Amino acid sequence: MADAAKIQPLPDAVAALVKDGAFVALEGFTHLIPFAAGHEVLRQGRQDLTVVRLTPDLLFDQFIGLGRVERVIFSYGGNPGVGSLHRFRDAIEHGWPRPIALVEHSHAGLSNAYVAGASHLPFGVLRGYAGTDLPEHSEDIAFVDCPFTGQRLSAVRAINPDVAIIHAQQADRRGNVQLWGLTGVQKEAVLAARHAIVTVEEIVDELVARPRAIVLPAWVLDAVCHVPNGAWPSYAADFSVRDNAFYEAWDPISRDRDRFTRWMEENVLDATAPLGPEALTR
Amino acid sequence: MNDLEPTPDEVMTIAAARQLRDGEVVLVGVGPPNAAANLARRLDAPNCVLVYESGAIGARPQRLPLSIGDDDLAAAAQELVSVPEMFNYWIGGGRIDVGFLGASQIDRAGNINTTVIGGYEQPKVRLPGAGGAPEIAASAGRVIVLLRHSPRSFVPEVDFVTSVGRELDGNGHGSVVITDLGVLRPSPEDGELELVAVHPGVDVDQVREATGWPLRLRDPIETTEPVTDRELSALRALRSSARD
Repeated sequence: MADAAKIQPLPDAVAALVKDGAFVALEGFTHLIPFAAGHEVLRQGRQDLTVVRLTPDLLFDQFIGLGRVERVIFSYGGNPGVGSLHRFRDAIEHGWPRPIALVEHSHAGLSNAYVAGASHLPFGVLRGYAGTDLPEHSEDIAFVDCPFTGQRLSAVRAINPDVAIIHAQQADRRGNVQLWGLTGVQKEAVLAARHAIVTVEEIVDELVARPRAIVLPAWVLDAVCHVPNGAWPSYAADFSVRDNAFYEAWDPISRDRDRFTRWMEENVLDATAPLGPEALTR
Repeated sequence: MNDLEPTPDEVMTIAAARQLRDGEVVLVGVGPPNAAANLARRLDAPNCVLVYESGAIGARPQRLPLSIGDDDLAAAAQELVSVPEMFNYWIGGGRIDVGFLGASQIDRAGNINTTVIGGYEQPKVRLPGAGGAPEIAASAGRVIVLLRHSPRSFVPEVDFVTSVGRELDGNGHGSVVITDLGVLRPSPEDGELELVAVHPGVDVDQVREATGWPLRLRDPIETTEPVTDRELSALRALRSSARD
């Protein structure tokens, strides 16, 4: 990508890069989940999406419950430490509000599909899957023989989304991005995708190198958007903590179709400001 | 019930915590294993290295984390790595002594199901799916599985093999299933899960009734050591820390 990343409003970035039917990665493993950017995609009415995350989490529960998803690629579809994702389950068990296609992996498999995607290789390789029922239900998992040892290994189809969306702690004014803490598969997702949008907690004059940080240079990104608290109810290390109370509160909100739909209309679709902890008191 | 009497869930968690040896490298799964591993670190295995698939190695959480990626886990960890590195270098690379897993269903061969109840295409219940479990089960030196005992969870054959049971004892010995009623291990002959111990006050027939296949008994059946006050108060303090 020749152009330097542009710092721009989130609605502009989403409007330019996320189209109906797009293949969108929204990554962040428990930490730095790009909720605000995901909500902007929902507000703009995008539909028939293929979405990928290792852990669908509350964010994909919301996408799926609103009927915006055609196909979901994932490896763990629970509300961590709480229980089920009720909208995800309802779509699979009862086809509400529409049936969704599943491409299911283990974390190891999906991580390596991103690694392959970032490397522009057609498949990733790993030990695993042997003896499980996962390969039988997936066109994206196969087995290969090692040309050197003859060992039988698993192969996973590479993932190359149209756009990757992530949240990070910092960007500088040229659009270079730094994120730290649990960094999940965000680097791989950004490099695997054709386009990338990053929302950040703050924009600083100069990035100061942090221990255990990843720096994504501006020239691999398309848009950088200033969205403080853009990961809530997930968190951004050194800026916020995970709102575990909201993860627990999501269980009753999402259990009921009408309550879920009302909640999404009031707090996401009709909202003008990014969502925060005050949503719990409504 | 007396406040000092442990509940069956507490007995299960404490029995699981006792399985960890001090200094072992433990991959901690979401849910009940999380409480057990953190309890072990507060009791007799203070030097256990807690590894979370979210990327935290040598985590030292102050309170019981709700998710496996809580801020508190990352803040005090010895090292943080990306998820591909975690699975390729640390788990797949065989650097985990003990995999500590939960399960929704387990069968006589020790296969674990966390994917669906019923058929895959039209499931009765859609469960969360694999997460890190298949590779943890395949790569860890031994595996500790924690789940409540009932005929619905202990089935002759799981509806979906998410993680492979033969791996329970494939890489070493000492893999074990801990329930709220007792302790099961793979038989040395054919790997079928058999009852090796019951918790205090639990009758063998009770375990048989809660198991969906004709359960084999190892001779002699042991009884789990009673829960001590120290163990119980440490577990309750840990659980209340999750709400602080």
